[in-house]
Amino acid sequence: MKRVNLLESDTDFIEELDSADFIGGFRDCFTCGTCTAGCPVHRANEDYNPLRIIRMLVLGLKQEILRGNIIWLCSDCYTCQENCPMGVKITDIINHLKNLATREKNVPLGVSTQEKLLKDQGKIYIIDDFDNKKRAKVGLPSLPAMVEEAKALLRQKWNRET
Amino acid sequence: MKYSLFLGCTIPARSRNYELSARAIALRLGLEFIDIEEFSCCGFPLEASDEIGAILLAARNLCLAEEKELDICALCSACASMLTKTAFHLNNNQNLREQINKELSKIGKEYKGTINVRHFARILLEDIGLERIKEEIKRDLKGLKVATHYGCHYLKPSYIYEGFDDPQYPLTLELILEAVGVTNIQYRRKKDCCGGPVLLSDEAIALTVAQEKLKYIKEAGTDCMNLVCPFCSLMFDANQKGIETKFESEFNIPVLYLPQIVGLAMGFGRKELGLNLNSVSTKELTAKLGI
Ligand code: SF4
Ligand code: SF4
Repeated sequence: MKRVNLLESDTDFIEELDSADFIGGFRDCFTCGTCTAGCPVHRANEDYNPLRIIRMLVLGLKQEILRGNIIWLCSDCYTCQENCPMGVKITDIINHLKNLATREKNVPLGVSTQEKLLKDQGKIYIIDDFDNKKRAKVGLPSLPAMVEEAKALLRQKWNRET
Repeated sequence: MKYSLFLGCTIPARSRNYELSARAIALRLGLEFIDIEEFSCCGFPLEASDEIGAILLAARNLCLAEEKELDICALCSACASMLTKTAFHLNNNQNLREQINKELSKIGKEYKGTINVRHFARILLEDIGLERIKEEIKRDLKGLKVATHYGCHYLKPSYIYEGFDDPQYPLTLELILEAVGVTNIQYRRKKDCCGGPVLLSDEAIALTVAQEKLKYIKEAGTDCMNLVCPFCSLMFDANQKGIETKFESEFNIPVLYLPQIVGLAMGFGRKELGLNLNSVSTKELTAKLGI
């Protein structure tokens, strides 16, 4: 296993995240390992380990977290967060880290593709005539192909940011 | 009892069996669903890459239901959690609420916090009640062994669900099943995830997570699975063949949505419940019930 280089520690990153709404308080972690013990992804692949993510965060290893693939393996199941005896918001934290990684362009293709679909259609799947015919056949109401107003809402935000 | 029905993206495109059966039993039980065509994606698929964008989409959906003065009934657990979480944060964080309302004002909307969001199963339990459900039972499902998968977002994160059910020892779905006369089967790792969200980043891990669960369910001996989310269904039903091939195993476990099982108890037929649309064949299962 790679040795941790504390010279890479970014203390501003720790302070900023630990005081953020909804996700602060991760320095209460006392490394009991309950989170990892119940993690279904850890069972499927030992390299994945939520305690390690929290430790990396406590140590301020920002670049290592945000450039790696590890956070993207979390299945967002909330088991760890519900089990943590110290109330660390592990899943919410990992989700926020995914957001930060996205800003650094570290994002799986599947995730960025969904983002693009929503910007283009306001929905993940377009409901076309073919779908509506199939729906009508079993007595389900027809639905519009996409949602213009939702598209506009996202586009206006993204245009401002990029 | 009137609700705006929130279908989300996946159900109308990929899970017509869930939609059909939910609408069928709702009608029978006197739940009126209003369809709001302008609903978009709930926002959940954006949460990992753009939290604020996700909240914005969710908030707009909440506004649409507020305009109609209707609580939301969601069929998908991810939609239920995204919309509930958004309402929770907007109700408890003034800064966030102002930020979101500023964006929404550009499309002439404002989040006010006047409606509630609940999952369909929760509404069955809280607003309809087990006694009323029992009154509609027309077919004996005694002896049918069902393994329930709660999934994650139906119950978690618990801080958004005001103490509804207990994520450590969930019970609500099995209470409904018990009321319609089936036998609830217990199995190892019952609370575990389906693995669905990892599909986007690592397919092998996602399928391994789902496979583990199918294995324990098979071990326990069951006639079918019961679930309440189209993502879980994707993993266990649509992907079951693929998992069998990849792991050289055989499961052959029919995967039903809760209203499909409840609907069977209420006497509905296969087509009315979309049982012909499930990926793993449900024919043997219904034949056993004489249908
Ligand atoms: S369960 Fe909580 S306290 Fe224990 S190691 Fe994980 S984050 Fe730390
Ligand atoms: S939320 Fe992520 S880290 Fe936590 S138990 Fe689930 S998969 Fe593991």
